[in-house]
Amino acid sequence: MLDKNGIAKRIAKEVKNGMYVNLGIGIPTLVANYIPDGIDVVLQSENGILGMGPFPFEGEEDADLINAGKQTVTLLNGASIFDSAMSFGMIRAQKVNLTILGAMEVSEYGDIANWKIPGKMVKGMGGAMDLVASAKNIIVAMQHVNKAGESKLLPKCDLPLTGIRCVKKIVTELAVLDVLPTGGFRLLERAPGVSVEQIKNATAGRLIVEGEIPEMVI
Amino acid sequence: MINRVVKNAEDAVKDITDNMTLLVGGFGLCGIPENCISALVKKKIKGLTCISNNAGVDDFGLGLLLQTKQIKKMIASYVGENAEFERQMLSGELEVELIPQGTLATRCLAAGYGMPVIYTPAGVGTEVAIGKEVRTFTYNGETKEYLEEKAFEADFAIVKAWKGDSAGNLIFRSTARNFNPMMAMAGKITIAEVEELVEVGQLDPDQIHTPGIYVHRIFQGEKYEKRIEQVTVRKKG
Repeated sequence: MLDKNGIAKRIAKEVKNGMYVNLGIGIPTLVANYIPDGIDVVLQSENGILGMGPFPFEGEEDADLINAGKQTVTLLNGASIFDSAMSFGMIRAQKVNLTILGAMEVSEYGDIANWKIPGKMVKGMGGAMDLVASAKNIIVAMQHVNKAGESKLLPKCDLPLTGIRCVKKIVTELAVLDVLPTGGFRLLERAPGVSVEQIKNATAGRLIVEGEIPEMVI
Repeated sequence: MINRVVKNAEDAVKDITDNMTLLVGGFGLCGIPENCISALVKKKIKGLTCISNNAGVDDFGLGLLLQTKQIKKMIASYVGENAEFERQMLSGELEVELIPQGTLATRCLAAGYGMPVIYTPAGVGTEVAIGKEVRTFTYNGETKEYLEEKAFEADFAIVKAWKGDSAGNLIFRSTARNFNPMMAMAGKITIAEVEELVEVGQLDPDQIHTPGIYVHRIFQGEKYEKRIEQVTVRKKG
């Protein structure tokens, strides 16, 4: 079973040279720490950065320079700053190659819910609805089951949707799966020490297991 | 050159009255018009509709106008950092409309560009689409559904820039730019507060982000706290 950093490490392998990548808040943010040397990518932050760098050194933080999670960050050489309309313009126009974000629920058709729990929590969608509606390549980083032990990979989402038929791939503490256009979670890899049986038990939506399922290499 | 300078924040907001709709620049606490918000708190006007990406934190930004219950309706994309906001929303005191961040930015842009509607795929198939016209377009070989979204119609836009000149030309700094340029374009009347106000001729025309035609009033803010929501740092060495 993977911890949060393990999930981030596995997702980092999906990041290819030359990509422009938008990382959501939470586990997706950690992905930046594991992008291998020699892979040149540009991180987009939807509040208006291309070329986002690491956190600043202590004492060098700048109130005018934050990421989409409102954390102080730095700019790498070659970075650029732009306004919010252009930021979502480049997302809508599919110039950003890869979007990695978290989810509360994903359906076997690739629907995603991650912004609201009616009556309990309403934080808002931020840029998530724009990202999932436009991005061609969306990877979800999430826990396979919730705190009550219930599957978050479902036949149909129960929570209010963020977007429909958009998630392409999911990485959880148990597995890597892709979402088939015809419906269903196809199991691609098992987390170290996790059996296919465990993944079956944790997946409420249709799970497709074809042949021998390899263990992840991270 | 036309002179857009007003004395101070109080002077700039003097004709903002009860029940008006305001666009307020900033992302989180970054690039917010601190001085105008303070002036609105002092003015004690009520029933405001505020359009802003976030709602501040409990004791700063738009959170100050929430504390004093001057906001009737909030239109935002993300409101997660404000306990008083959550309380007012759940109790029904505050009307809230949550909209996608890109939709928010583009509805401002549309207003500034004189286009009454835009079409965006954001929110298709979700509760954001309820009551909206959905149209199908084929573009670059891809057929998709799009929502019709309307340009904002706001009485005032209140923005914050780094530098400005007396003609109302604005330059923003780093990610404090965010929503400020598009909101500046979208107000029927736009108020800009700046960290440094200079005479005309002192800003390079090639470096202007927002031309003064969009800015009706400008002043240098008395002070800027520029609070950081989340200080994240790494150790040297």
